[in-house]
Amino acid sequence: MENILEVKGLTMDFGGLRAVDSVDLYVKPKEIVALIGPNGAGKTTFFNCVTGIYTPTKGDILVNSNRGGVRINGFKPNRVTERGLARTFQNIRLFPNMTVLENVMIGKHCRLSAKIFGALFRDKKTRAEELKAAQECYVILEKLGLEKTCDELASNLPYGDQRKLEIARALATEPKMLLLDEPAAGMNPQETVDLTHLIRMIRDTEQIAILLIEHDMKLVMNLSERIYVMDHGQKIADGTPVEIRNNPEVIKAYLGEDIDA
Amino acid sequence: MIAQEIIKSLKAAIWFMFLTFPIMVIKVNTVYKTIEWRWMNMVFIGVGVFVGSFVWRWLLERKDKPSAKKESISTRTQAYLAENPISKRALQGALLVALLFFPMFMDAYQINIFTVALMYIVLGLGLNIVVGLAGLLDLGYVAFYAVGAYTYALLNTTFGMSFWIVLPIGGALAAIFGILLGFPVLRLRGDYLAIVTLGFGEIIRLVLENWNDFSHGPSGIAGIDKPNFFGLELNLNQMTDGVYYMMVVFTIITIFFVGRLQNSRIGRAWLALREDEIACQAMGIGRTRTKLMAFALGATWAGLMGVVFAAKTSFINPASFTFLESAIILSIVVLGGMGSIPGVILGALIMILLPEYMRTFSEYRMLVFGGAMVVMMVFRPQGLVSNFRRKYSFHGVDERLGG
Repeated sequence: MENILEVKGLTMDFGGLRAVDSVDLYVKPKEIVALIGPNGAGKTTFFNCVTGIYTPTKGDILVNSNRGGVRINGFKPNRVTERGLARTFQNIRLFPNMTVLENVMIGKHCRLSAKIFGALFRDKKTRAEELKAAQECYVILEKLGLEKTCDELASNLPYGDQRKLEIARALATEPKMLLLDEPAAGMNPQETVDLTHLIRMIRDTEQIAILLIEHDMKLVMNLSERIYVMDHGQKIADGTPVEIRNNPEVIKAYLGEDIDA
Repeated sequence: MIAQEIIKSLKAAIWFMFLTFPIMVIKVNTVYKTIEWRWMNMVFIGVGVFVGSFVWRWLLERKDKPSAKKESISTRTQAYLAENPISKRALQGALLVALLFFPMFMDAYQINIFTVALMYIVLGLGLNIVVGLAGLLDLGYVAFYAVGAYTYALLNTTFGMSFWIVLPIGGALAAIFGILLGFPVLRLRGDYLAIVTLGFGEIIRLVLENWNDFSHGPSGIAGIDKPNFFGLELNLNQMTDGVYYMMVVFTIITIFFVGRLQNSRIGRAWLALREDEIACQAMGIGRTRTKLMAFALGATWAGLMGVVFAAKTSFINPASFTFLESAIILSIVVLGGMGSIPGVILGALIMILLPEYMRTFSEYRMLVFGGAMVVMMVFRPQGLVSNFRRKYSFHGVDERLGG
């Protein structure tokens, strides 16, 4: 399996409501893919299924690993993260009363191994591991330009920096793929431009794939190599930005049907 | 402006005079079947509330002022100590010396009170893991204390097992009970968790009270052996000193271990769990494991203290393990400051020593206690000592990472 993520026929029912209806999607290594669609199309539900917050009703979610594809349906979120998928949230979910650096170090958690005896007796190995983790996290913060605030509480950061910190925290989990849920929500045009550069920079330097949900069409068209469009839980189109822009189905979903047609 | 303030205070005074009228003014003498009207009390309350309400509003205003938001004394002290390790060591040393020489100048009564206070420090620190760090509101903490106490009582009276052998068994058994409680409540948070843990605490107490064959019911277990110190023959006073010194050692070990846990990978995971459970899982932290570890470790300290308690008093019955006990330990944690070790220590000293020394005012003890809690929650909801964040410093990160 050469794709980093492969989703086949993913379906998610909430009682009688089908929020996601047999959606197929794949992401290749180092690719930036966008998932767009009107409000309530099922994009975030799709993310939640992939990252283990929901267990999908039907379908397969396959993640690339050393031994071919691994089916991760129903894995707990922390096991999914261990497999190399890290996410951010649409409504920021930082740990507000922890410092910026601690937030990022939580992301490192699943790559560290200190157990209870290490914690109690703080042996040489544990100390070295902690120091290395703190330094690596600091380097991530430097990369995103947040290193000056590393001892601040996360809740004291300005909004744009909180969004960046979420990305930093996700990066600390050493992912193969980053899932960003509306990273530009609530940002002004200048911040959105900066974010576009940032996401591209992350892809180039970290060599990871990025799947993002976004409503800002300028960002989506600028950044993504391929786009998937969802509406009413179904995938209605996929292709390059140019193809999507001229796809009549997509235009209909976004603007509604012409009365004359 | 001033007229408004006065009217506000007048209203408060009238309201309080009305509310306290039945208990403060009317006194029924059942022997002579007469009613005594104590109007002076009403005047005292009126004046007291009138003046008090000004003070109250002034304090509230002062609290909301932005200038009052500067770092509190506790934060500044902690920051100073963190930056000056020498003064920190000196302070620790002074405290240790004071603790070691304390019994030489005090009588057995004082030493006993202090031993109890130290026990509550350890209990508070244990509950602090569950409530303060992991944010799991546990109202049944005393159940684990009971598990430890009955473990020693039963093993000692039936099999004659010694204190030092049962101590780890009691701790381990409490940890197992912690996990037993943890499993069904993994998905619960906040109020729901509090209710279930409250029920758990009551279940343990009721079982102990009613299972006569096992625990001798409400009459309890008597004649439990005191701890054995290196096989020495000790008289009553020496035993009191012995238990005191043992508790000093225990407390120091607990402070040391809890401090390390807090600043470890596991401690960070607990904090994250407290802050946001979903984000915490999405960042790769296993919820089951982390929560159960908090429950088990918190319970362990309670179990150890239970063994010490049974050995110290040499008699236990279920009445020592009521909900009030859980509430006191929880108040220690909340009053002191959730998640802060110096806070919990201060909280335990206040909560245990103050009522002891206020025995002269024993009638008003609960009133003062209740009032103090209300004032605390209004003016310092974060507790006496706010949690001090550890800071990292980065000098030459790049060289150490090799570019």
